[in-house]
Parts: sequence; structure tokens; C-alpha cells
Amino acid sequence: MTRLFLPRDSVAEALGAGAVARALLEGARRRGRPVTLTRTGSRGLLWLEPLLEVETPAGRIAYGPVAPEDVEGLLDAGLLQGAPHPLRLGRPEEMPFLARQQRLTFARCGLIDPLSLDEYRATGGLRGLEAALALGGAAVVEAVAASGLRGRGGAGFPTGIKWRSVRAAEAAQKYVVCNADEGDSGTFADRLLMEGDPFTLIEGMAIAGLATGATQGYVYIRSEYPLAWRSLNAAIAVAEAAGLLGASVLGSGREFRLEARLGAGAYICGEETSLLESLEGRRGIVRAKPPIPALRGLFGQPTLINNVLSFAAVPWILAHGAAAYAECGMGRSRGTMPFQLAGNIRRGGLVELGFGPTLRALVEEFGGGTRSGRPLRAVQVGGPLGAYFPERLLDLPLDYEALAGAGGMLGHGGIVVFDDTVDMARQARFAFEFCAAESCGKCTPCRIGAVRGVEVIDRVIAGRQPARNLALVEDLCEVMRDGSLCAMGGLTPLPVMSALTHFPEDFRRGAAPLAAE
Amino acid sequence: MPGHTDWDAARAAAIIAAHRHREGATLPILHALQDAFGHVPQEAVPLIAEALNLSRAEVHGCLSFYHDFRREPAGRHVVKLCRAEACQAVGADALHAALRAAYGVDWHGTTADGQVTLEPVFCLGLCANGPAALVDGEPVARLDAARLAARLAAA
Repeated sequence: MTRLFLPRDSVAEALGAGAVARALLEGARRRGRPVTLTRTGSRGLLWLEPLLEVETPAGRIAYGPVAPEDVEGLLDAGLLQGAPHPLRLGRPEEMPFLARQQRLTFARCGLIDPLSLDEYRATGGLRGLEAALALGGAAVVEAVAASGLRGRGGAGFPTGIKWRSVRAAEAAQKYVVCNADEGDSGTFADRLLMEGDPFTLIEGMAIAGLATGATQGYVYIRSEYPLAWRSLNAAIAVAEAAGLLGASVLGSGREFRLEARLGAGAYICGEETSLLESLEGRRGIVRAKPPIPALRGLFGQPTLINNVLSFAAVPWILAHGAAAYAECGMGRSRGTMPFQLAGNIRRGGLVELGFGPTLRALVEEFGGGTRSGRPLRAVQVGGPLGAYFPERLLDLPLDYEALAGAGGMLGHGGIVVFDDTVDMARQARFAFEFCAAESCGKCTPCRIGAVRGVEVIDRVIAGRQPARNLALVEDLCEVMRDGSLCAMGGLTPLPVMSALTHFPEDFRRGAAPLAAE
Repeated sequence: MPGHTDWDAARAAAIIAAHRHREGATLPILHALQDAFGHVPQEAVPLIAEALNLSRAEVHGCLSFYHDFRREPAGRHVVKLCRAEACQAVGADALHAALRAAYGVDWHGTTADGQVTLEPVFCLGLCANGPAALVDGEPVARLDAARLAARLAAA
């Protein structure tokens, strides 16, 4: 019996993995060759999807990207023995893109059947939860604090402090909420994990429930991720049946239940208070803080709300120790960060590394430059509210403080590459347009500012009084940054002003005929 | 999309009843109604309001806030095209302009034969393999006009 592995990840499926799977099973059957096909998550080498692997005495051998029409030729060439073929890549763990990473959170993503709790256990799963049950809640919270883990959703707030606040809060009902509303363009790490290793998220949330005294958890997952939604719900059902979730977590007598809830296409619901409103069944309107969710969150109760990657880092921390996690990273950014290479990039995918690699290392060494082959002109780091950086700033190290110091933010770790065909005035306009479309409307700087921003940039692009209108853009950005209630309006100035600062030439194109204004 | 049935108040009431006891039931109910009928018609609003002890305005406010919920039926196939930055970086804007011209519709529009509705979406998490789309809820990467036509023909 030969074992084959093929991702059921969204990217693989979006590139025909379903048809590849059918062709493989049919081709093997016709040849009288017994095979089993395990549908895994993705290893994160997304330019190679669908990435097919076959188990051989020399380890798993990868082939990719495999199209359905490649399957017959692969089988004829001796795929099932790991034989040579133009698509043969060798052992995945020896490929530089993977070999040079520090996979802690994503250690088993792509290796196992995401819905097999046996395979999860066999690869070190549940060791964190078992350690947490032995340690007790207070010690778990201190371990999370000692690890230096900071919120991976983008804000970078120390996770341990949040956990302490919720643990200390007195209430009959507390909640744990996972923010899986991964709306930033250029980010997909939450999705990869929920599709490829959902038990890690479930284990992290169960640990959080035990540590803070919360008995009910919710995962708020965006509707744009239909496969992650299915995968996570299936994993929750498996976890319930196995006693990992429910009235007595792993037989401990401690209750923790978990439910996934589907968002409905509102970017703003990635903002934590808006997400809570949405979970309560209302419009996703941002709440003023204080009170902070740790004290008055979901249904007015103390609520621990963290990003998928924050929860998913916790099982490793508990299993291997806070000190081991804190050893990775630089400065005040400890541990690993799953960076995501996206946009116009030759080798796009997930790169988990300790904080501190330069943008250049990621974009050039891992990413191989642009997909189009044209010169790189800009990278946007941290999603639609993140700054655009020019090529000359690619030597910036990626940690929370260094990015902030350069007028940007790390956000959720997404890096979107643009080649030299990009028009940065259009990108600045899009930042305002996006804010106008997705603003919840509660505060004036964001609701009105974004609309006015589009209008003013349009005047600049049309060459109407550009100097005067650019001054107006700067003034508007200052008002939005200082006066908005949340990051939506408050950070929209980042892409706008970084485009203006680093690419001023793109805002002068329409100006020539009116140069004498 | 295929699989949707015409509005049926009794069926809607049963769907609402199945979810009404959940915490924060509004979104699960709206999703379930849209899954069943393809959209959430106006007739559903008072039913939801009564079941959840909310005002009609509160339900309407929720229904109209979220981009996903549709108050009118869509075409037979719904194509959600990603307009976000990572897809822009690989030519999504030009592709979308060409598709809208080819199908003769603007955003949110449905072709004259009722076959295809084009909708914008901001990020599908396929950012390393754009341009990306969801075709009847299934992800498609490295989209071009031919690939979309092939998907629609096969659906």
C-alpha cells in the first residue's frame, strides 16, 4: 500500500486539487496499484500547489505543481516509487524555502490529516493542554506572559496581560473569543492553520478557557473562508466526540465548549469590539473603550479575545516552555511570526521565523522577487491599513517596533509585493475607497474622512491644484489618525501617507499641464 | 445559486425556530435563510424580529449592514471577485474591467440572462495565487476570463 498526500487547502483546491485526487485514485486503480490518499493541509509553499507527496523508504517525496492532466504521466514515470519526473521536487523539508524556517506554530501543517486526532497526538499534539492541566490556571497565565507572546492579530498587545485581566475578573460567565476574521489582504496564515491544523487552535483555546475560567468559546470566522469554516467545524465535532471539548476537558472535570460562528463580509468585524457586537447579533459597530473586553466583552461579560495565531502559539509554549519560545525573536518581539508572502511574488507562501528577518530576506531570498519578473517597486506590510515601502527600505527588520519606527506596522504579518507597473496614487486612493466601503460609520473622521479622501485624491490625480490638495490630504490624514475611534480610520493614513512620502512622483503625473497654478 | 427554493414562510419560521435559542442568533438565522432561499426577503424581517424579541429596525439594520446578505435574488451563479491589494498587484483591476465588460454588468449586477452575478469581495486569503475568486462558494485561483468561463460551464 503506497501512501499519497495531497492538500485540501483552499489554494490547492482553487488550483484543481480535487480533480488531481480523482485522477490519482482512478489511475492507481486501473494499474492495480493499492494506494491511500490523505488530504492534508498545505505546507505553505503556495506557488507549488497542488503539491503532491508520496511516502517512500527515503521519506516523503514531493511533486508540484501538479495539474490533473499531469497525473497519468506521473504514474507512468513511477510516481509511487518516488521516481524522477520534471515535477519532482525531492524531500520537502530539504527545500530551502522550508528548511530555513522555524516552524513552531505551523510544525505539523501539511504533514497530517487535519481531522485525525490520532495523527495530531502522534506529532506532539495535546502535550500543551496536558501540561496546562497539570500546571493550573495561574501558572499557565504566567507561562504565556513569560513567553513574551504578543497579539498576532496586529496590535501586538502582550497576550499574558490580557489573560491575567480575564483570569482576575469575577463573573459567573466568562468567554474566550477567537478573532478569525482575517480580512487583511496579503494574509492567509489563520486560514492555513484552520484548514491544515485546526486542533492546534482548538487546543490553544481550551488552554485559554482553563487558564481564565471561561467555559464557552467562540471562533468568529469570516465567510470568505468557506473551506476553513467547514474544516474548523468538522474538527470541533471530532474534538467533542473525543472529550477534548465539552463538560470535562480530557477527563479533567473542567468544562470548555467551543462554537464557530460565521461572519458576513464586513472587514470592520476584525476589530475586536465590532466583532463582539456582531457575535451578539448586531451591526458590527465599534465600541468605545474603556471598558476593555477583558472586563466587559461579549454579552457584557469578561472576555478573552485573541487572534488565531496567538491562541495557536500557546500549545507549543506550554509543551516546550516559555523560555524556549522567548529565545526566538529580537528586541521586544519574542517568539516566531508566520510571515506571509503575497501579491506579485514568485514564491508566495508562509514563512514562519523568529522576529527580525529583513523585508529583503523574505521578499528576495524566500520569495524570489516578483512573479512578473519586473523590478520590485513597493511592498505593503500589514494589510490594507499598513504602509507601503519602497525598494530602498527593504533592509528594515521585521519586528513590531522597527516597523512602527519606520512609519508602518507589522500587523498580521502580510507582505504584498508590487512591481514597477504600480501607480501609487491609485493605491492611496484605494486605501480611502476601502475605508469608505468598510467603515462602520460610528465616528466622523473615518466615516466622512474616507469619502473626502477619495475626492481629494481624485483631484490630485486629475492634476487640479495638486499642491493645495496634497496639503489637504495630509491635514485630513492627521484628523483621521488622531480623531478616529479605532484602527480603521486611525490607520488608513498609513498607506496614504507612506505612498505620498515614498512615491511623491506618482502624485505629480497629472500636474504637468497645471504646473503654473 | 442552484439548490435554492422559493420563499416559503412556514419553512422560514422553522429555520428561525431552529436557531432562535442560540446566543446572538441574528447572524446564524440570516445565514440560514440566505442558504435556503438565496436571499433574505423583506418578509423575513418581522418573523426574525418577533422570534428574537427585537424591533424590525434592529433586524433591518443588521441585515443591511453586512455585505453578504442579499435582499434580492442573485443570478444562477454568483462570482465574487477579489478586489484587494494582493490581487491588484497581479492585474485584478484590468481583469475585472474586462469581465464586467464581457458580461455586460457592473458590480452587484446580474447578466441579462440571469446566469451570472458579479460581486466584489475584499480578500479570500488566496493572496499568493491571485487573481482570486469564489465561484458559487468555491475558491478559484490564478483567475482569467477563460478559467472563469470554464468553471461556469462546468457548474
